[in-house]
Amino acid sequence: MQIPAPFDYVRASDVDNALALLERHGPESRLVAGGHSLLPMMKLRLARPEWLIDINGLAELDFMVREGNVFRIGALTRHTTLLESPEVARLFPIVTDAEQVIADPVVRNRGTIGGSLCQADPAEDLSTVCDVLRAEAVIRGPAGERVVAMDEFHRGPYETAVGQNELMSELRFPIRPRSSSAYEKVERRVGDWAVAAAGAAVSLAADGTIEESSVGLTAVGLDGTVAGIGDLLGGRRPDEDLFAEAGRIAAAACEPVADQRGGIDYKRHLADELTRRVLRRACARASEEQEG
Amino acid sequence: MQISMSVNGNEVTRDIEPRVLLVHFIREELGLTGTHWGCDTSNCGTCVVLMDGQPVKSCTVLAAMADGHEIRTVEGLASNGALDPVQQGFMEEHGLQCGFCTPGMMLTARALLDKNPHPDDGEIRQAISGQICRCTGYATIVRSVQWAANHPVGSAATGDAADPSEAEEVTA
Repeated sequence: MQIPAPFDYVRASDVDNALALLERHGPESRLVAGGHSLLPMMKLRLARPEWLIDINGLAELDFMVREGNVFRIGALTRHTTLLESPEVARLFPIVTDAEQVIADPVVRNRGTIGGSLCQADPAEDLSTVCDVLRAEAVIRGPAGERVVAMDEFHRGPYETAVGQNELMSELRFPIRPRSSSAYEKVERRVGDWAVAAAGAAVSLAADGTIEESSVGLTAVGLDGTVAGIGDLLGGRRPDEDLFAEAGRIAAAACEPVADQRGGIDYKRHLADELTRRVLRRACARASEEQEG
Repeated sequence: MQISMSVNGNEVTRDIEPRVLLVHFIREELGLTGTHWGCDTSNCGTCVVLMDGQPVKSCTVLAAMADGHEIRTVEGLASNGALDPVQQGFMEEHGLQCGFCTPGMMLTARALLDKNPHPDDGEIRQAISGQICRCTGYATIVRSVQWAANHPVGSAATGDAADPSEAEEVTA
């Protein structure tokens, strides 16, 4: 039987209260939202916080709202809510693609976007999604609010820019014209971590050529986005040869490790193939967007 | 710490350690052993209960987190001696063999049908994709949920047909 080590539990009444509680209880206190990363670690005694500060009641962190050309998603937004949002599916289909394959439907009822990002598991999907969409994380702490770009947010496996006495409050996604995106993952079964996954975001110019593009990979040892893809695709018309070239760059850029989910060659093959697929789909979606 | 919640419509209040998981609270504190405890790692789904109407894996929820919420377990599916159509469907279509995954499967099915009364087979498979059955191969579970969809509460074919002794067999 897996039971966490003893701890004290308190419910935060609002964000300021949560920050005050983190300050009061110090480094041995942890925030908990959906709990589907932290509680399993506590059950295995890999994490032993002395205080759990429950932020599930903070409605102020549970929202989705468009403001001009920015889409704001509260950190406490559940995976299921993201998956079922027609506005998210229209603006950022990569989020919907990814949410369909994150954990399983029951886990998605509890897990949150903020929790996934802050857990920063190397095989976690939404980090790649946020990277390619060039999202920004809003972090609140005793000194107020700061906004950090994704390359600054990620610090490595299980490590982010969010300090011990801070809290991620929201993610901000820029909305670009004639743009779309896609995500695809290969997993052994529902709920397992990715063998490999890829995400792409593209913006097309009025003449149908690619203006901006970005590709990210999950679970194959690549931080941030694949260097060189934007330069390769910029100004070119989307076609299969171009996608194949991008796939080769992605496969060369990643550094997968062999494990029970597959060998290095297989994972590189997936990085290549999945890069082609997500670019193909993102470009097709963006051109539909353009026509519509 | 003291927590209170509604379980199958009954208010319960207990003093617990904060580290008590919801599945153990339900089984050991409340004695409702219809909720099963399986893999302990939020993979198998036999511990699924409804929290405010949504399926959750109760091995990965603290009882403290359920304070103030509404919990529904397999014991709360039947009402006034009549089986829920989902329970009846699992009987009619042989949706179980050993019965270990059944409580979680039935609660997820209930939540699915509340949201989507006429799911297709793909939607049913998707809904139960975080739950593991090692006996049926899932085909009969999908048929059981379809049976329930075709016999909603209030339709002639549910309720009266249920024999109370069979009800116990399904939920035990």
